[in-house]
Amino acid sequence: MSGALLTFENVTYRYPGARDAALSDVSLELHPGEFCVLAGLSGGGKSTLLRAACGLVPHFHGGRFAGRVVLAGLDTRENGPAQVGRFAGALFQDPETQLVSGSVRAELSLALESRGEGAVAVARGIEEVALALGIDALLDRPTNELSGGEQQRVALGAALAGRPRIVLLDEPTSQLDPVAGDELIGLLRRLNQEWETTVLLSEHRLERCLSAADRVIALDGGRVVCDGDPGTFLRWAALRAPALQTPGARLFSLAGLPDAPVSVKQARTSLRARGLLPEPGAAGCEVARDSSAPSAKDGSAWSRLRRLVGAPQADAYAPALAMRGVWHELRSGPAILRGVELEIAPGESVALMGRNGAGKSTLLRHAAGLLEPTRGRIERGGRVALLLQNPGDYLIHERVGEEAPAAALRAAGLEPLSARHPRDLSGGERQRLALAIVAGSAAPALLALDEPTRGMDRAAKAELAADLRERAAAGCAVVVATHDPEFAAACAQRAILLADGRVIADGSARELLAGGWYFATETARVLGGAGGAVLPEEGAELLLEGARGDAGRVRSRAAEAAR
Amino acid sequence: MTTIGATIPFYRRLASPLHAARATVALTWALALLLAALVSESPIVLLALLLAALGASVGAGVSPMLLRALRGALIVSIPIVLVNVIVSRGGLTVFARLGDLGPFGQGDLTVEALAYGGLIALKVTLVILVVALASLTIDPDELLRVVRRFSFRAALTASIAMRMLPLLAADAQRLADAQRTRPDASAGRTRGRLAILAAVVGGSLDRAMDVAATLEVRGFASPMLARGRPRMRRAASRHDIAFAASAAVVAALAIAARAVGGASFSAYPTIDMPVGWVTLALAASLAGAMLLPFAARRGIEP
Repeated sequence: MSGALLTFENVTYRYPGARDAALSDVSLELHPGEFCVLAGLSGGGKSTLLRAACGLVPHFHGGRFAGRVVLAGLDTRENGPAQVGRFAGALFQDPETQLVSGSVRAELSLALESRGEGAVAVARGIEEVALALGIDALLDRPTNELSGGEQQRVALGAALAGRPRIVLLDEPTSQLDPVAGDELIGLLRRLNQEWETTVLLSEHRLERCLSAADRVIALDGGRVVCDGDPGTFLRWAALRAPALQTPGARLFSLAGLPDAPVSVKQARTSLRARGLLPEPGAAGCEVARDSSAPSAKDGSAWSRLRRLVGAPQADAYAPALAMRGVWHELRSGPAILRGVELEIAPGESVALMGRNGAGKSTLLRHAAGLLEPTRGRIERGGRVALLLQNPGDYLIHERVGEEAPAAALRAAGLEPLSARHPRDLSGGERQRLALAIVAGSAAPALLALDEPTRGMDRAAKAELAADLRERAAAGCAVVVATHDPEFAAACAQRAILLADGRVIADGSARELLAGGWYFATETARVLGGAGGAVLPEEGAELLLEGARGDAGRVRSRAAEAAR
Repeated sequence: MTTIGATIPFYRRLASPLHAARATVALTWALALLLAALVSESPIVLLALLLAALGASVGAGVSPMLLRALRGALIVSIPIVLVNVIVSRGGLTVFARLGDLGPFGQGDLTVEALAYGGLIALKVTLVILVVALASLTIDPDELLRVVRRFSFRAALTASIAMRMLPLLAADAQRLADAQRTRPDASAGRTRGRLAILAAVVGGSLDRAMDVAATLEVRGFASPMLARGRPRMRRAASRHDIAFAASAAVVAALAIAARAVGGASFSAYPTIDMPVGWVTLALAASLAGAMLLPFAARRGIEP
């Protein structure tokens, strides 16, 4: 066993009633103190592997299981999740279903009490885990009043309360905004480095966690297809699985640069060494300021300018949506929207960004008429279709064919699945079906989508972005509320940044996403916003210019962006 | 917009003396109020208790929710009064004659039946208010921790069920919103509601599976549960002492008044409601004993 904490020996597993194996002949060893990331597209077997590691497979899910999984010396064929759970903490995607008590304190104490700890150990355990995760201020809060990020931290606290030797995490950041997601990864890194807790984490947005990882295991069709350090994985992904590449790695690969970077810092160091970026001391280039992005004040001017210089259908301009001083004030509560002024032209694609609670979802609900403004007015150029966060909420019939008109199903490529039950569809298919339902057979004037990429892998996101671009090209205005700068860059021409219910920036997506820390793509962060490049393809073009001998021009663009 | 979840009263830790008292003490206090409401006969005393309950809700910071509960209680109380007036054949002071009602006899409506119906309605209103006040101010998790010492799994099941209520309300709201965004939203509203109900039930089963998986990995099935282990002693706070004393005084006064026949009331055959200093003193003492603990405002922050 060579001191391994977790061992998979030729594990093959098939869910009950499934035709294909979810895991096929998987063998691997994980050693104490390792930080390992599981990569792969949806359906690749990541979740199943994590569930096998904690004993839920096969004890909870049933099915056919072959091979052996041993965690901390316990064979999961003979020991169920309760026994394995003494050494392994598990955290899954949806934080809401992982909190079973009314208050944070009760949640943390339950984890310890159910392991038979005495009162003193429980009290001490709660204090320690609360301090370690920075949730001490939440201890007496009701769990149903916590934000998604807070819920996920509390669920992590419950998983860590028994001080497990390994934590198993299944896409824990998929429901979180970028700030909360980065905080969670930072927390895991600290646990790993300070307490040597072994981490096994599955994640779609690899750029978030590769810099913290010692090792990456890629799964495809239930098989291990790559197992190595992050650099090895990125080299493999460039050749075999481009959909798994991080934006930074894709940038390097498209520019023909070797040694794909695992972090922005490494990418910038590598580019500086090649003379493609200015040195850190030059003109304050470490922090690219957002001076080029239009402010909220000139946002409307920007919109007018766009219309004048050839935005789609500029001649007979009638906005698809206009908000005139829209307020949404809660009775005995805060104002969620504060005087929002906004115009969206037909055929325009807009990314609506901002942290959790900024008012993005409320704004979209007003656009679709689900809410009435407490002050101000809204003008619509036609029907506004809104796709809410959870596509499953739209699926209430027994057959796909009953959910949407045949024409809409045909347009979404779902007609062959008409006889299937909606719950049998994959995540991507459900999303397409929900989109077909809200869009209907007649194209809406405006299509609004609230966080449509949650839990999606990069390939599915690319498909959705292409679909939205197509709809915009056909004249339908598209507004997407998203936390994902890469997706915003791929599908939007214009970006609006909301904070505390106010529009604080409104301009071209390129300008907004090329500056800043959180609301910037990885390509933009690597290049410091040079040339307004936000996508790896654009960045690579810029770098190729440098490689062709015009490095000075690239450097000066980067310095200019920084200024 | 009124959300589905906003109409259900849930516990929320607020900065108030009642929230600051431990759950077992707060529950004892609420039970003492219920006892007083059930054993007291005088409408004056009951009215004083009702006003004191509303005053307590102000002291606990939950008065808007309690006023909602009061509205609900009135909806229940009015039929009680009406039914008693119609079916009661006691009382001598007739204020309306409905004539011969066949098998129900003479339909004579009396002032005494009206007064007795009012008394029952007052008691029902008081019970509803006290239960609402308790559900808004007593931490269910803390109570269930006490129950866990005797039956860990039963207490945990109850705890999960209570946690699921607001989640299911939120699910129903989300599904209803999603259905409103369909282009054909106006068609088949009744069918739509049934479909939403089916989806909420289906969703709750999915949720139950996820919760079950979480409990599995947290060691719920482990044979080593915290039953019978020594528990940490918690020093009594000023609020624990104040509400325990209040509960004792309220219960003692109500039982003593009942035992010695002070503040009595009888509706039939004619209304007999002595309003003397004993009745007024009892009403004032009960209300004062109920409200006094709210005067202590130190250490009430969560």
